[in-house]
Amino acid sequence: MSTQIPKQTEESTETEAETQPASKGEERRAEKRRRAAERREQRQEEEAEKAAADESTVELKVFRYDPQVEGKQEPRFDTFHVPFTKGMTVLDALMYARDTYDSSLTFRHSCRQAVCGSDAMFVNGGQKLACKTQISDLEEPVRVEPLPHAEVTKDLVVDMEHFYEQMEAVEPYFQTDEYPDGELEEQRQDRANREKIKMSTRCIWCGACMSSCNIAAGDNEYLGPAAINKAYRFAMDEREGEEMKQKRLEIIEQEHGVWRCQTQFSCTEVCPKDIPLTEHIQELKREAVKNNLKFW
Amino acid sequence: MYEHDVVVVGAGGAGLRAAIAAQEAGADVAMVSKLHPVRSHTGAAEGGINAALRDADSWQDHAYDTMKGSDYLGDAPAVEALCQESPEEVIRLEHWGMPFSREDDGRVSQRPFGGLSFPRTTYAGAETGHQMLHTMYEQVVKRGITVYDEWHVMDLAVTDEDDPAERTCHGVVAYDIQSGEISGFRAENGVILATGGMGQVFDHTTNAVANTGDGVAMAYRAGVPMEDMEFIQFHPTTLPSTGVLISEGVRGEGGILYNSEGERFMFEHGYANNDGELASRDVVSRAELTEVNEGRGIEDEYVHLDMRHLGEERILDRLENILHLAEDFEGADGLTEPMPVKPGQHYAMGGIETNEFGETVIDGLYAAGECACASVHGANRLGGNALPELIVFGKRAGRHAAGEEMGEAEIETGRSGDWQPADYEFGVEVGETGGSGTAAADGGAVVTDAESVLGGAVDRAQERVDELLSRKGRNHAEIRSAVQETMTGNVNVFREEGRLEETLGDLREAREAYKDVAVSDPSRTFNTDLIHTIETRNILDLAEALTMGALAREEFRGAHWRKEHQERKDQDWLKHTLISWNDGEPELWYKPVVLEGENKTYEPKSRSY
Repeated sequence: MSTQIPKQTEESTETEAETQPASKGEERRAEKRRRAAERREQRQEEEAEKAAADESTVELKVFRYDPQVEGKQEPRFDTFHVPFTKGMTVLDALMYARDTYDSSLTFRHSCRQAVCGSDAMFVNGGQKLACKTQISDLEEPVRVEPLPHAEVTKDLVVDMEHFYEQMEAVEPYFQTDEYPDGELEEQRQDRANREKIKMSTRCIWCGACMSSCNIAAGDNEYLGPAAINKAYRFAMDEREGEEMKQKRLEIIEQEHGVWRCQTQFSCTEVCPKDIPLTEHIQELKREAVKNNLKFW
Repeated sequence: MYEHDVVVVGAGGAGLRAAIAAQEAGADVAMVSKLHPVRSHTGAAEGGINAALRDADSWQDHAYDTMKGSDYLGDAPAVEALCQESPEEVIRLEHWGMPFSREDDGRVSQRPFGGLSFPRTTYAGAETGHQMLHTMYEQVVKRGITVYDEWHVMDLAVTDEDDPAERTCHGVVAYDIQSGEISGFRAENGVILATGGMGQVFDHTTNAVANTGDGVAMAYRAGVPMEDMEFIQFHPTTLPSTGVLISEGVRGEGGILYNSEGERFMFEHGYANNDGELASRDVVSRAELTEVNEGRGIEDEYVHLDMRHLGEERILDRLENILHLAEDFEGADGLTEPMPVKPGQHYAMGGIETNEFGETVIDGLYAAGECACASVHGANRLGGNALPELIVFGKRAGRHAAGEEMGEAEIETGRSGDWQPADYEFGVEVGETGGSGTAAADGGAVVTDAESVLGGAVDRAQERVDELLSRKGRNHAEIRSAVQETMTGNVNVFREEGRLEETLGDLREAREAYKDVAVSDPSRTFNTDLIHTIETRNILDLAEALTMGALAREEFRGAHWRKEHQERKDQDWLKHTLISWNDGEPELWYKPVVLEGENKTYEPKSRSY
């Protein structure tokens, strides 16, 4: 997606018009530019040579399936050879393959910077965000599949509805009865409490954790790591107050809640935002126990 | 057909806030978005939200800074609304649970940002947009607002009177990406466009792949003028290889820019003797490129942004996300080395012409957020002013569309008041290349009843999709990249007449090529080839309008720099550029900027930092 700015020498004359009038330094700078251009050309040549000498393409094996299109109704893998460039991510490679070889190659993507959470996939056997997975870190051929344990819509696109339903099952919104008096006054929150919930608020709803979880695979009603983490985010937020915390703990204690987790840490391992999901689940278990003891 | 009182197109910050406001005002609201709401690009905003929250600060100071930042092309009633209402909207977000960064006393933190006279940028680490987006989506879930996600809105259902000011919008036509179904969405009270940015017009951008300016292009073809399209913000600190944004917060916290000779060039080369790195974004971007062009860039491409001296603790506390971005997308460790940065397309100051309530010239059609132009940002947006725009104008549009009484607007839309036609001859033909395909080009008797208007729009969309899927032709991707290349090459930070003209020629060629475009994926299931092909048409219309505006504006104002015209010309150019589609024959015209505020008039002053 990056570009070099073309016609550098022309542009440099433009900019001088703004910044300073023609001066004696002009010649010196022109000379500098000329040398810079030479260096640039030399470097480009070197790079081209290197690319030709090296293994210059990367081999992708990509899962293909379309319920409607003849020849794609039976899932298969297609192979694409994509020219490798430094810094290339799995998403870059997929986009290249789509725009160059097969425009029907389908995957979700948007921000390209690991915040929209659209492009979680199964890359060489692990849940990854395609946009922040460097090709150079992977063994070839790079095998790209849709997230396991979700229904495949087409190619690398899975149905996210179930994931969204679980997220929304934990009352994922802030609730309190005690606001400050002044309309323009914020609720106070100490830094330590903000720090406590910080990691949990980083979730981008990519679904990698849910896909990696054995329990979720076997129990469709299990809330799953992302939804429990969302519950944690509110349960630990002191701005909500004690009464709400009780309610939050009841939600996560339900039959398909925290007690299903067997602390296998797979969710924590795959989380692209490094959220300590298993720890959060464990902490909620402890809170729930403490809470139950209180009423005995 | 689906029916609601208010239909919001787009589910980022402005759309979510509009939907919540409309629902609170009693309307039955639906959101239609090509992405699930949490995928929206508001989530990538990093730095913060400007709001005059503290006693030592005032909305008047915020308004003054914004007007100065806009290089006096902002409209005072919109600017003042932004600054007056931002504090209550920020506190509302806090009351909705948004996890802001905090001071020792538990109050929300604020930090300095470029062009601000007071540290009034409220933030949540360097992930303010992510937290804001999720907080508002949580409120949408809480309220049970209907969301049609992964529905791509293809067109507006608008009546076809000759004068756009007499037209009415009755709804939208959308394509269900999941199933391929095309359906009408009737909006009894109003349609609110909140489709965000148009960064995909360029190829080095901080914007998402989804930011193709769909709403702006749709409104344009339906008869709403595009305003001030030539004003594009190039953010001074983007990663060279991907365009990923490095927040202004880094400079706000004390980050320093260096050239290849280790000079702190913002001061040492006199670009901004007072504010240095915290000058306005347009100033810093030009300074960086000047350094590179004069041979003081690193690898002839970028400069260094150094934050090491801030110390690990402060960086982790306030800028942690930046460490991840620099590491993941540029392989740089911000704790131990300076980060490479260069200017990249970031934000469109212009967009759909609206007044301060988000109303367009078409009855029942609103716009809010980056796709709209009220205008709050004029010729240059200040850092930290985009997020408050989303919540303030999202709320205003939502309420107005739901029928709440909000008084008379000060800003006029359409060809009213002192508008004037442009006197500029473009050397190249612009607009539609034969054939129709516009929203309101049926000819014959004017159809006004809502159902027929919507039915007609659905039929046209269906025909278009069927044709794209059935015929043979070229793929859109090469056309899109040709547009992006010429725009980044020639309509960038530095602009000159010859190359702008050249670009109009390139865009003409791209339009011709687009006539033969076809979709090779025959599937009705999740056909992204089809969606991207439709988007590319929008990119073409926007790129053309942007270049036309840039060519005709013969002055240097804010983000718009012209080689041949090295000064701001207030005598001739204190006016907004407007471009009307005019059923395929784009027309350029102007209207004066509104500098009269509630209690004062903003007198243009020379802009130095």
